[in-house]
Amino acid sequence: MIKHETIEKNIGLMILLIIIVISGGGLAEIVPLFFQSSTTQPIEGLRTYSALELEGRDIYIKEGCHVCHTQMIRPFRAETERYGHYSTADEHVWEHPFLWGSKRTGPDLARVGGRYSDDWHKAHLNNPRDVVPESKMPSYPWLFKNKLTGQDTEAKMEALRKLGVPYTDEDVATAREAVAGKTEIDALVAYLQSLGKLHSVYTNKR
Amino acid sequence: MSAFWSAWVSVITLAVILGCTWLLFATRKSEKHKETTEETLGHEFDGIEEYDNPLPKWWFQMFLGTVIFGLGYLALYPGLGNFQGLLGWSSHGQWEEEMAHAEEQYRPMFEQFAALSVEQLQNEETGLKMGQRMFANNCSLCHGSAGTGAYGFPNLTDSDWLYGGDPATIKATIANGRNGGMPAWGQVLGEDGVRDVTSYVLSLSGSAENLDSEAVARGQSQFQALCAACHGAEGKGTQALGAPNLTDNTWLYGGSFEQVAHSIRNGRAGVMPAHKDLLSDEKIHLIAAYVYSLSQQ
Repeated sequence: MIKHETIEKNIGLMILLIIIVISGGGLAEIVPLFFQSSTTQPIEGLRTYSALELEGRDIYIKEGCHVCHTQMIRPFRAETERYGHYSTADEHVWEHPFLWGSKRTGPDLARVGGRYSDDWHKAHLNNPRDVVPESKMPSYPWLFKNKLTGQDTEAKMEALRKLGVPYTDEDVATAREAVAGKTEIDALVAYLQSLGKLHSVYTNKR
Repeated sequence: MSAFWSAWVSVITLAVILGCTWLLFATRKSEKHKETTEETLGHEFDGIEEYDNPLPKWWFQMFLGTVIFGLGYLALYPGLGNFQGLLGWSSHGQWEEEMAHAEEQYRPMFEQFAALSVEQLQNEETGLKMGQRMFANNCSLCHGSAGTGAYGFPNLTDSDWLYGGDPATIKATIANGRNGGMPAWGQVLGEDGVRDVTSYVLSLSGSAENLDSEAVARGQSQFQALCAACHGAEGKGTQALGAPNLTDNTWLYGGSFEQVAHSIRNGRAGVMPAHKDLLSDEKIHLIAAYVYSLSQQ
């Protein structure tokens, strides 16, 4: 019988025992998900982000949108009435990293694509209070000035390809051209309009 | 989940629970020390010593309680691989139940209101309130929470309609959306031409003073050639095309000289998104009734 004292006085043994105890949860809850088709196979008809949408996604991350907006509709009526069909794992298999978020200061954006016009998104990102007087979202006026060069877009696509996102050689070859000269707002709006529109399996009528 | 992974999850889960239980009993020490003692663990730091007492009973029992709770939870809810739990609960099952319950509760109301025309609904307080709630959720981001619009997004309360304000047109606008298509005339007119036409357009509503009368005259002939097709020879607009009336001093994109000139130079392409794939017909009907009510007061 190992004594309390023995464990306390041997830090190496203590680390080992802690790892054994903690790994129980991970082995049972996380590891099996790596082998389930429901979490590893894309939903039918899922398309990849275009070069511009992909850059927009990085701007979404850069500006910290995911800190206040989730992309995860939970299976509650109150949420599906407002946002559309609840989110499923197979919609997110090509998301690296996923942007589910954990806090909703603003609304969920998982299916925001097509709900508002491009003009609305631009007016709203420039100064949210111009269209929603009650809003406390920050303004992002610099998005209209900053231009994209597209110099990293190919590398990003290559990296995603290594993670299993099926970008074609043509996608990668035309990526730079598709992005260069566009403003950050163009990319971000393209990304927002793609959310929930990458496949058409679910009907979002409510 | 395959049988292997189901067994993997079950075995690890139960082994961890059993392991915790074993640890709890193995370190209990209650045989040796029934009561608190003065015996210490034998070490001392800066005069601070540690008693060698057993875990307090309430504490021990709470640990035991978590084990019992865990086993009870695993029996009732899905947790052990493919075993669905005695309650047969699932998150999407719960969602379906919620939806079915709401359907049962609200379906009769929606059906009752769907049978009434938009005009008849003007006297139905509950129906309008439902429409107002759905408007707040779906429409207010662009049109404002009171329907008064914003720069570039039409005011719905002023009886001035781009595409028409009768119930059928409002419903068509909500269901199918609208795509504004004012072309850019900057290239065609040149900068002088843009300013001439702007002068003429502003003269139509009498909203600007000190307009150069020669510019207005030049602008008028350009207007008749290029703009009248949509906005009409008198500039009163064409609702079938969504071309606004230019004589009423109501401006979607602002009525200052520079703002109007900008519209003419660069065109405008306001978009109202289609909602027929987002909202059921009954809901669109109620929202239309609410929108209709906004300009009836």
